[in-house]
Amino acid sequence: MNIQAMPMHRFIDHKGTLVTPLPAWLSHDMLVSYYRDMVLTRVYDNKAVALQRTGKLGTYPSHLGAEAIGIAIGRTLKSDDVFIPYYRDMPAMWARGIAMEKNLQYWGGDERGSDFHSESAPHNRPSRDLPFCVPIATQCTHAVGVAAALKIEGGHHAALVTCGDGATSKGDFLESINCAGSWNIPLVFVINNNQWAISVPREIQCGAEFLADKAKGAGITGITVDGNDVVAMLDAVKTALEQAYRGKGATLIEAISYRLSDHTTADDASRYRSEDELQQAWQYEPISRLKQYLINAGRWTEQDETELLELCRKDVEAAVERYLAIIPQAPESAFDYLYESLSDDLHQQRDAIINKAMRMQGAKHG
Amino acid sequence: MAEMTLLEAVNLALHHEMASDPKVIVLGEDVGDNGGVFRATVGLKDKFGCKRVIDSPLAEALIGGVTVGMASQGLRPVAEFQFQGFVFPALEHLMCHAARMRNRTRGRLTCPAVFRAPFGGGIHAPEHHSESVEALFTHTPGFKVVIPSSPQRAYGLLLAAIRSNDPVMFFEPKRIYRTVKSNVEDNGNALPLDTCFTLRKGRDITLVTWGACVVESLQAADELSKQGIEAEVIDLASIQPLDMRTIFASLEKTGRLLVVHEACKTGGVGGEIIARTAEHAMCLLKAPPKRVTGMDTVMPYYRNEDYFMLQEADIIAAARELVEGWK
Ligand SMILES: Cc1ncc(C[n+]2csc(CCOP(=O)(O)OP(=O)(O)O)c2C)c(N)n1
Repeated sequence: MNIQAMPMHRFIDHKGTLVTPLPAWLSHDMLVSYYRDMVLTRVYDNKAVALQRTGKLGTYPSHLGAEAIGIAIGRTLKSDDVFIPYYRDMPAMWARGIAMEKNLQYWGGDERGSDFHSESAPHNRPSRDLPFCVPIATQCTHAVGVAAALKIEGGHHAALVTCGDGATSKGDFLESINCAGSWNIPLVFVINNNQWAISVPREIQCGAEFLADKAKGAGITGITVDGNDVVAMLDAVKTALEQAYRGKGATLIEAISYRLSDHTTADDASRYRSEDELQQAWQYEPISRLKQYLINAGRWTEQDETELLELCRKDVEAAVERYLAIIPQAPESAFDYLYESLSDDLHQQRDAIINKAMRMQGAKHG
Repeated sequence: MAEMTLLEAVNLALHHEMASDPKVIVLGEDVGDNGGVFRATVGLKDKFGCKRVIDSPLAEALIGGVTVGMASQGLRPVAEFQFQGFVFPALEHLMCHAARMRNRTRGRLTCPAVFRAPFGGGIHAPEHHSESVEALFTHTPGFKVVIPSSPQRAYGLLLAAIRSNDPVMFFEPKRIYRTVKSNVEDNGNALPLDTCFTLRKGRDITLVTWGACVVESLQAADELSKQGIEAEVIDLASIQPLDMRTIFASLEKTGRLLVVHEACKTGGVGGEIIARTAEHAMCLLKAPPKRVTGMDTVMPYYRNEDYFMLQEADIIAAARELVEGWK
């Protein structure tokens, strides 16, 4: 079964053909700008994998194929909303105003990669967004807490949390949608259903045909969306957020997509996934269909494409340079954010790590 | 006999025990076609089929609970957690159920399960992939806690763990998964789960360690020997139960105790070994016992990880202080 060919919420199909009229609020200029965002994050992704291969980055989870999901989320969330991401969410974070080098810093093994100020947030104040979440599905429960807090605060803001299809198997996920329904909180769940959880295919996670169907039992709205169609994603996220702002409760969006990469740079997907399946998935990927649509609409040319790629490469190179120029954290920083203040014992351990680091660095340079 | 890595020895033991006991079931995330994220279960599904090698949904609490259920019915499940940091979602099932089944039912039901998880740092892994929390399980009555540090011991201890009628937390030091190699004989011989292993004889100081730190401890002992200090190196291997007899016998010769572990110092297993020594063998000591351990902080991300990891030099310095400061 080719799930990507199934009927679902969709505007532009994989051939670039409009199958549903574009929403009234969406202009062609906006679409061009989203296209540019998606291409930029793909160029970034390729570069990040290359950096890992040359030892300049640690294990890295590629977001290849998830660009439409991320850009739709990042561009639709308002600055006062709270984003609760999982590890494959670089495009959304970037579109939300978090610099590329922060992402590189995190995967480059530097804790400061999670200390982001959202440039889009008012007065550049510290972002309320949560850091990347590595333990699967735990972020869903945090999101329930965030959304409940927003409701108690009383503004018209919402929270949005993302997870993978594998995450929907965990109790955390099910408990979270259940609670979101019963508390009627302003929360949007987006499942990046990229068909694989490392080597385990979607059908081994659960017997339901659509993961969005889980919403029914929780008493929240559920919708299955073509996650490779940025318009469908924008429309679904916008509708869900508006429902949340109006106090109408939570939505579960299942974004059908495909992980075109290995799970992470430490994985080799050819061990468990057929080349045929991958090739088929490439025909549905999010960027080429939007490009084709824009070309058909007379809004994009190969010349534009060449210029865009050149620009993206420059932007990404500049971010990489900024990343590589970051001065390393002091070794004792491992203690500096542990407690508000350190006990005597921990002070001694902090001194010990300084001495040890000086010895090790001396041995390296001397 | 074949030379193999610690990881291959784990795989060999699983092959051996699945072939000889049809009750042995392997389950976990990615254990089937992918052979586990580290490839510890490679080839098992091809050989034993998908009823005995089960790819579970991504749900550790489920894996923990299902394993308890299977084991209560007399199967011998071997569950894999991808990293020790991801055992936490299953803690309720492990602590409230696996560890207590025998006690709760006054022996009517038991939990002959093995919970495997790679542990420890030093491989430049992302957040939550570097935990060393053996003390947590050692502190929970009902578990055996086992940590192999060589291919042959991994093979023999895993066989013993699977054959054990009590639940075993089996933690594999992933830093030396592929770096430590030795000959392993596929003879089906289990090793005892209540004895530690003396890897090197010495008269001056007793180094007690386990997991990947065994490597640095042996290196340190070699270097100390060049400096005229002979260290006895003991691989604890079985953390629960603790074999203090071997340690006391060594202390009778050396009179000096140094415990080396990667886990945080406070509340660590090193403290327990020293406390027992103080309670029962104080008079054997010529010097106050000492620990070389990880620090009481969160394992730094990989840029600064090296500063946290124990090194041969840390062990040598502590050993010399103990021997020379207390002549
Ligand atoms: C609690 C927990 N268990 C296991 C892992 C190891 N792990 C990392 S990613 C992953 C697969 C996640 O799949 P999915 O939720 O579908 O998201 P995807 O990576 O496909 O985007 C696993 C099992 C983890 N990070 N956390």
